[in-house]
Amino acid sequence: MNKDSIFRFLLSTAALLVLLFTAGIIYALVSRSTEAFQEYGVWGFVGNAEWDPRSATEEYGALSFILGTLYTSFFALLLCIPFSLAVALFNGEYYKGKKISSAVRSIVDLLAGIPSIVYGLWGFYTLRPLVIALGVSAQGFGIFLSSVVLAIMIIPYASSLSSEFLSMVPNNLKEGAYSLGATQIEVVQYISLPSAGSGIVASYILALGRALGETMAVTMLIGNTNRIPRGLSDTGNTMASVIANQFGEADGLKLSSLIAIGLLLFIITAVINLIAKLIMKKISLI
Amino acid sequence: MNQSSSIEQRKRKDKTIRHLVGFFSLFAMIPLFFILWDVISKGYKNFNLRLFTEVTPSSMDALLAISNGDPIPGGILNGMTGTILIVGLAILFSVPLGLFIGIYLADNQGKRFAGLVSYLTDLLQGMPSIVIGIIAYAWVVKPLGSYSALAGSVALTIMMLPMIVRSTEETLKMLPLSYKEAGLALGSSYTNVVFRILIPSGFGGIFTGILLAISRVMGETAPLMLTALGASVVHWKMMEPASAIPLLIWDFYNDPNLVDLIWSSSLLLLIVIFLLNWIAKIVARKWKV
Repeated sequence: MNKDSIFRFLLSTAALLVLLFTAGIIYALVSRSTEAFQEYGVWGFVGNAEWDPRSATEEYGALSFILGTLYTSFFALLLCIPFSLAVALFNGEYYKGKKISSAVRSIVDLLAGIPSIVYGLWGFYTLRPLVIALGVSAQGFGIFLSSVVLAIMIIPYASSLSSEFLSMVPNNLKEGAYSLGATQIEVVQYISLPSAGSGIVASYILALGRALGETMAVTMLIGNTNRIPRGLSDTGNTMASVIANQFGEADGLKLSSLIAIGLLLFIITAVINLIAKLIMKKISLI
Repeated sequence: MNQSSSIEQRKRKDKTIRHLVGFFSLFAMIPLFFILWDVISKGYKNFNLRLFTEVTPSSMDALLAISNGDPIPGGILNGMTGTILIVGLAILFSVPLGLFIGIYLADNQGKRFAGLVSYLTDLLQGMPSIVIGIIAYAWVVKPLGSYSALAGSVALTIMMLPMIVRSTEETLKMLPLSYKEAGLALGSSYTNVVFRILIPSGFGGIFTGILLAISRVMGETAPLMLTALGASVVHWKMMEPASAIPLLIWDFYNDPNLVDLIWSSSLLLLIVIFLLNWIAKIVARKWKV
């Protein structure tokens, strides 16, 4: 065997490792969560809102955490839309190619570089007193506080990709509209947003995927109560935060239940990302 | 008359929206400055030599110092060495592997197997960090029977790998095909073409990707909680539990006596991360593909 075929063999082996990794990931998650699924059944586990680790009445279900995750993530997505859309329009349309746009881009990119735990600290020490002062909730912790911080965390993800799609809108379309006397907002409204629309939707779906799996900041801010949150001001737990919180001291059925929640989270984020990727693939084919 | 007022109206709408876009964009950037201000103004007091030379004090020592009105004794040396150990191992694992997979994907575009690998890379990239922690726990901590720095670096490797694969692949795809063809036509072997032509030509993009991947895992806390666990001493053994700067921040957050160390540690972490980002930007600009 000569040098080249050895090298090519190494390359394919490395690529094969990705397959093995994925298989190993799925195997690890499934095999370690079977105990919980066998005990309660898949739907019994997913549909049960009770999470009671006391040994006498031990019972585990994922519903409160699934709902907690969905509440915080969707509310964060809603909050982030006006800001990330503005940043996307700023960079991809209004000041496209200008110096100020690259400055804004770098600043927003820095937001993406801040570690989750620092967001958590900031949320705890700076935003929480503000939330209390606003009278949203007495302790400040809860869905509202976590969603606000999550929204800030996903702005860079949502905006950078959507500005990319906005700047890809063909210039001749826009120039045609301008030559007919359209104002800039009319061009945005009738040309840019409709043609970049599905790309923008895809970037928001990807940002949602980020929010769903975000762990540390949420763990520090959501209040960590094991029940279905009853509103924005209520405390709760997300799938990621309950794992982060309780994994350390867990064993037996509880550990298996936590890993089962991890498996569910893995499936949800995988599906969300798949949808976004499919949308983007469709665009690039056109 | 009617028409001109409608033109006025359209112009006014245009202007209003333009202002709104500027306003909301500005608003989106404000949190960054607030966070930086918070970390710097609260962190600089404890940001001293001690931070780099001493290990974390016990909660008791800290309590005594506080009751005497002294600053908390100790620093985060154990976290720094732990971060270097864990991230260093992760770089050792993920860079060669990521490069190879990236080269493979760039070279086999359109093939079914490459498509599958590419799809799975995306899947890995979207995986929440806490789930990656669980996986490293199941792969390394459970079989070996103990938490370890190695388990932490396996978790970080899974996070870094897709980023390095993507940046390598994208960079190599951007290189003109003639580079490769010219090399092969001159009788150079495929291995030489890759190592002497393609990787040097794409160095900027590839290196930037690696730096960004490092800066992203540098601040990861959740996967390390489930794998590296933490340690209060300085050591370089990969089979033993180790600490890391973000893990220490988490410890300090949970221990009222050590709260004063939170901000200086966060400041250090942010400086390192932003420095890496900055170097990445310079590299990308200087060695533009």
